[in-house]
Amino acid sequence: MATHSNSMMGITGFGAYIPRLRLPRELIVAANKWMSPTVRAKGVKAFCSWDEDCVTMSVEAARSALHGCEHPIESLLLASTTMPNSDLQHSMIVATVLDLPTDIRTSDRGFSQRAGTSALLDAMQSDVSALVVAADQPLAKPASPQELSYGAGAAAFTIGEGGVIARLVGAASLAAPLIDHFRPAGSDYDYVWEERWVREEGYLKLVPVAVEAALAQASIGIDDIHHFVLGAATAGVGPLVAKKLGFQGTIVDPLRERCGFTGVTEPLLGLAAALEAAKPGERILLLGFGQGCDALVIETTEELAGYRPQRGLDAALADGFDTDSYLRMLSFQGTLTPDWGMRGEKDVRTALTETYRSVDQIWKFHAGRCEACGTIQFPQLAYCVECQASSRQFTPVPLADRDGDVLTYTADWLTYYQAPPLYAGFVQFGDDARLLMEIVDVRPNQIAQGLKVRMVFRVKDRDPLRGWTRYFWKATPVAAASEAA
Amino acid sequence: MAQGIKDRVAIIGMGCSQFGERWDVGTTDLAAEAFDEALLDSGIERSAIDAAWYGSGLDFINVGNSAIPASTALRLDGKPVTRLENMCATGTEALRGAAYAVAAGAVDIALAIGVEKLKDTGYGGLPPTYKGTFNDQWLPPMSAPGGFAQLATGYAARYDLPAADLKRALAHVSWKSHENGMLAPKAHIHKRLTMDQIINAPMIAEPLGLFDCCGVSDGAAAAIVTTPEIARALGHKDFVTIKGIQLSMSSGRESTMTDWDGSYVPNTRNAARRAYEEAGIDNPREQLSLIEVHDCFSITELVTMEDLGVAKDGRAVFDVLDGKFDRGGKIPCQIDGGLKCFGHPIAASGLRMAYEVYTQLLGRAGERQLPSPSLGLTHNLGGVPYLGVAAVGVFGLHS
Repeated sequence: MATHSNSMMGITGFGAYIPRLRLPRELIVAANKWMSPTVRAKGVKAFCSWDEDCVTMSVEAARSALHGCEHPIESLLLASTTMPNSDLQHSMIVATVLDLPTDIRTSDRGFSQRAGTSALLDAMQSDVSALVVAADQPLAKPASPQELSYGAGAAAFTIGEGGVIARLVGAASLAAPLIDHFRPAGSDYDYVWEERWVREEGYLKLVPVAVEAALAQASIGIDDIHHFVLGAATAGVGPLVAKKLGFQGTIVDPLRERCGFTGVTEPLLGLAAALEAAKPGERILLLGFGQGCDALVIETTEELAGYRPQRGLDAALADGFDTDSYLRMLSFQGTLTPDWGMRGEKDVRTALTETYRSVDQIWKFHAGRCEACGTIQFPQLAYCVECQASSRQFTPVPLADRDGDVLTYTADWLTYYQAPPLYAGFVQFGDDARLLMEIVDVRPNQIAQGLKVRMVFRVKDRDPLRGWTRYFWKATPVAAASEAA
Repeated sequence: MAQGIKDRVAIIGMGCSQFGERWDVGTTDLAAEAFDEALLDSGIERSAIDAAWYGSGLDFINVGNSAIPASTALRLDGKPVTRLENMCATGTEALRGAAYAVAAGAVDIALAIGVEKLKDTGYGGLPPTYKGTFNDQWLPPMSAPGGFAQLATGYAARYDLPAADLKRALAHVSWKSHENGMLAPKAHIHKRLTMDQIINAPMIAEPLGLFDCCGVSDGAAAAIVTTPEIARALGHKDFVTIKGIQLSMSSGRESTMTDWDGSYVPNTRNAARRAYEEAGIDNPREQLSLIEVHDCFSITELVTMEDLGVAKDGRAVFDVLDGKFDRGGKIPCQIDGGLKCFGHPIAASGLRMAYEVYTQLLGRAGERQLPSPSLGLTHNLGGVPYLGVAAVGVFGLHS
């Protein structure tokens, strides 16, 4: 059990990100019918595009959470079980991309499906302000039940002292050697034990222990809880645990039909959903499960009434479109490698020295304003493109939060690109800067001169020889994809 | 004040290999094919060459970098040989180097040669290239067609052109070149196409289809230059002289600042203006007898007509469809079929263009000979329209 500190910190904002790409489950069922003729499934699952990963999803969720945040961020906790590296601090990448101060405390968390709730709990019990991000893209073997239920997503919460919209009023943790599933290092897939045992010996016996302890610490009973959130890979356990506890309020929907199970992110997306639905003065019971349980009792404040996330769960779910190919999903997640031809052989070795030198331009997406003539330019070379003054007197102009217009474009079917065609063209930022950009998540017939685009952080490419992931910013249509043809 | 090199450099010999899928030869043999013809045409011995400029586009195929492979391949012993590369404008760049050495009085006789063995890549289309450690981190990985296809957006938007009309004009550009190529024995492709075939061909980079794009092939071309005085002393009576060669490079303005609207190639306009000035041309529409332009893609050729000033801005589509640049038109463009039929061995193309102008001026073009041409222009583009190099050459009979 844990003791509740007298922390004045609370949740001050949040953001959510679900990949735009959705796959109707019926397409998976149809493709695997030859071996599993009786399987049925409803709804859609969200899946990462080839150029997304947990780092890019984290950035997108964090951008939304930070929007309008009025307090500093002194620490960044990033939770995931599917980050691309085993030894490379991803929270450092996210903190750098977001241009957070360099004296920030960064920390990657993982190794358990409750890493997200644990990170949130730590932040809410500490005395420093924080950004807590959870991101996961759980992978499953083709034709497994998990393939149908897994999705992808990220959620972020700012924790600070002023403008608190929800506060921690009780918490408890339990460590238990119940291994419902595991994934050894270097493996792509989970090994899952029998669902009946996981439900009966795991969720139904362990979660109530943590809940009782948390409620006791908060000096309340289950009837004082309004919203119940349980992150669970196993389907349907939420209502069963709630019933055992005698809970009669709102069980937050685990998003199976619209997104799928999002790993460590799942309980935090549930928290976002609860915050979007809750009124001031209501209590949320937030539960994370994985070799034990985290139970957090969170109470909303009056400030919640005046808070709107820039991009919360509702918006994230709505900003998606159905795709039509199971093989595309398998290719994007790396399960299947199509023959890309000889053009795909080009070496993409990155000089890490150059990555470090160009962090401001490449990761932070800073253009430069020449203070001698006012010209805003990307890239920033040694001299101003207009007046040739030294770039040493440039001031940074962040482009990430600016929208642009497509000036020229093409759909390139010839080049090696993992989501053909490559849409690329000049993006014009108002009267200022312009640069040639990749344009992603474009629907057929959507691209046109004048199309409004916003900036997203994505994977530029992956080096298949060395395993390095390169990141940069790309343009994507502002309009919700559902409006396009 | 520099006056330019008009009539100070004579071309006394040129050579051009058979262009195509030359499975039978590697880079050095291709070079020899063009070099041998140039030597024969010039009447000089190899040992009379004082310096050479060797153009090679891609290092990872061909013979590698430095000029040592070239001096070895051509057996130029103890002579100054320069290897140069300026993407697809390499051929004209090689000629410029050789010409300047002669015009400066540094050497008597110089060789310019461009060779490219593209078919050793193993696939169609230009290979993806490195843009440097910094640029590779952010530039979209577009193919060459992708880079140029964007001219269509800018052009169509500026002149309010329906997509179908533009597509038809582009198809005419390719159709016309294919017709011309039938009469050029050294071209790679000898095939007539219908407008329908061109318009409905598979998409490469929208709106460019398969037949809007020049192919990839092997080739070499060479020129031997000297002063008019030496040319006459060697017994050449009617010879071609360079009237002007000018280059223009991007400094980043088009791709970084907001003034370029995507509908033209600023480098071509700059290089053409200076080349016309150097050559003494004030009315290109009337004074040019023929033009060989960089038709890597049909849209490039269309836009180039305006950039060279032989079509008014916004009128190229109409002029093209009216046949103004066809073989029987006012200014035949790509009388030998252009890059469309020769393909584009990168370093050779600029010199192959000069070879056609040279051949026409000397009345040696056989079935495709134009009646009494006096001034010909070559236009050679490297990079992409918004970040590249344009090289314009003007040639005529010595006056």
